Amino acid sequence: MTISLFITCYNDTLFPETGKATVILLERLGHTVEFRAAQTCCGQMHFNTGYVGDALSMMRSTLDVFATAEVICIPSSSCVAMMRDQYPHIAQSTGEPALINAVSRFLPKVFELSELLVDKLGITDVGAFFPHAVTLHPSCHSIRSLHIGNKPQELLKCVRGLTLIELPDARQCCGFGGTFSLKNPEVSAAMLSDKVQCVLETRAEFCTAIDNSCLMHIGGALSRQRTGVRTVHIAEILAATDAGAIQ
Amino acid sequence: MSIRVGEAAEAPEFPTAAKRLIQDSQIRRNVRHATDVIRGKRNRVVAELDDWEQLRASAHAIKEHTLRNLVRYLEQFEAACTNAGGEVHWAQDADEANQTIVGLIQAEKKSEVIKVKTMTSDEIGLNTALEAAGIIPSETDLADLIVQLGRDQPSHIVVPALHRNRAEIRQIFRREMNLPALSDDPEELAAAARAYLREKFLRVDIAISGANFVIAETGTVCVVESEGNGRMCLSLPQVLITLIGIEKIIPRFEDLEVFLQLLPRSATGERMNPYNSIWTGVSPGDGPQRFHVVLLDNGRTQVLADEVGRQTLDCIRCGACLNACPVYQQTGGHAYGSVYAGPIGAILTPQLQSMQHSQTLPYASSLCGACYEVCPAKINIPEVLLHLRSKVVENRDAPVYERVAMKIAALALKNADRLSAAQSVGRIAQKPFERDGVIANLPGFLRGWTAVRDLKPIPKQSFRQWWAERDQSK
Repeated sequence: MTISLFITCYNDTLFPETGKATVILLERLGHTVEFRAAQTCCGQMHFNTGYVGDALSMMRSTLDVFATAEVICIPSSSCVAMMRDQYPHIAQSTGEPALINAVSRFLPKVFELSELLVDKLGITDVGAFFPHAVTLHPSCHSIRSLHIGNKPQELLKCVRGLTLIELPDARQCCGFGGTFSLKNPEVSAAMLSDKVQCVLETRAEFCTAIDNSCLMHIGGALSRQRTGVRTVHIAEILAATDAGAIQ
Repeated sequence: MSIRVGEAAEAPEFPTAAKRLIQDSQIRRNVRHATDVIRGKRNRVVAELDDWEQLRASAHAIKEHTLRNLVRYLEQFEAACTNAGGEVHWAQDADEANQTIVGLIQAEKKSEVIKVKTMTSDEIGLNTALEAAGIIPSETDLADLIVQLGRDQPSHIVVPALHRNRAEIRQIFRREMNLPALSDDPEELAAAARAYLREKFLRVDIAISGANFVIAETGTVCVVESEGNGRMCLSLPQVLITLIGIEKIIPRFEDLEVFLQLLPRSATGERMNPYNSIWTGVSPGDGPQRFHVVLLDNGRTQVLADEVGRQTLDCIRCGACLNACPVYQQTGGHAYGSVYAGPIGAILTPQLQSMQHSQTLPYASSLCGACYEVCPAKINIPEVLLHLRSKVVENRDAPVYERVAMKIAALALKNADRLSAAQSVGRIAQKPFERDGVIANLPGFLRGWTAVRDLKPIPKQSFRQWWAERDQSK
């Protein structure tokens, strides 16, 4: 299967390792990965902050770039949520039939990484090896918008060497919320403090998620507090093998 | 028209108020404890019902239907209530409602009233208006009494004194009821309140109440509560004035079946409220002999006119969204500067005020969706928050730094070349702030971020560069 990767703007810029891991993982599973270099951003940050016009332009460009793609993999549930929850409304608001159609053709092709693996490819054991104690932060968008259920846990449970430790109060938001963390830094920090406390309670070595946005937030505090706990995107765990972690 | 929501127009902005409250260890502990307890109870009793999702869908459908036919149902209610001996008054805004209520009390030649279960009266600032007219209002709901005696503001729509603990309540009662020997034993506190309130119930013969539901077909009014103080207010006085926001109407008596399952479970984690008072007009020789209903608009019809925002009026004031909200759990209700706190307050207050005040409220959410998940009327609160944010931006009420930053970001994300260029600029711009592999001290509006979090620097190679290199070497 040819899988088109939508890397997302912040993974491209800040977390290239996640993109590389996704490519390596999907190729190891026997698929062809393509990367359409014209892609930029789904528009989430602008839309969630109230800048609908800018988000519309980014949506148009994303739809154009992936018009001919067959299957689109996105290693970020919040970007997928933006597309599924908002693209239809944004398109409707323009009243352009072509755009509305483009969105309805686009959405069935979109898969978050764990959705792609478990639902589309029907695989939970991806042959990964990751000999560490790991806890999973189920991001808000993944549970309340994508209704991802236990897919990330199922994938992690099949990883050899990995000990999965349940996170207390797992469904609580980490407090990132995009520009929320800038507009309400105090409240965001208080929420983050609770999340970090829960992560530390697990005594895990790594905190993982299917979203680097939450991980950037949680990881920022884990680093500042010199906890020694690291964050890692689930793609990087799933790409790791006994032959050695990816570079 | 003078539409106002309590003192919300004068209240400090959310981030400012929140910053202060975050430092109040007592409030944070009280709020955390109370929301944890209520949330736990709510989750347990909701899990008992197999048809919870159908009940939510029914509530949503009934509310949406009612709002689309609001005029018809309000007129139907007026006719039925009048027919049963009640008198219906219409109030366009806070001032009109206050004048009507003051007028009704003055016509009875009374200078004291007892009140129960009416957050709407706080919305219109009724107590202030009564006091200005020389009328003494006494709150009789225990939590409202604590707030009133403490010269405080409500912080929760169901549990207004949620931010207070027993020790604080004891202090307030000791001072205001002149009971120096009072302990903080809950039973002793309740007994003190009971003795204080009984005297008022027996003496004051005019009451003001709110309502949870009003029924169009029968002209019936419904109040649910836990203490019985409401029942006292609704049955002992000769005169009863009930203040009702026009969105509280439901079409039929049998619709209560849906709402009386959803409300107590969502609000207090109870299967049923201990007291459900349901009455229609006046019964000769039994209960209040003069019954007035004041139907209040105060901005609601404007909310109704907004296609996305109108679902806000589906709210049955259960407070579940407050208890579930991780933001509310940190700040408590006072940060929202309104009688309506939490996620529902963040969408209701700005809309009632036509987006004239409280522009920071739609941003007082991380959009985690916990509010939508628990809302018994299925109000998509995140959707409305986003809608209101777009209005703030449209009205050019967003801060200048943000507008500039978002414009620059939009330009950088316009196409792949610009994004690559922006990544290169970022790598250079971050250099002065990078220490030991992290960015720990950023200036300006980014300072809040690095105050408690390290930021990972932009790595040397973007994903797209890695891909291009890999492609070439193939």
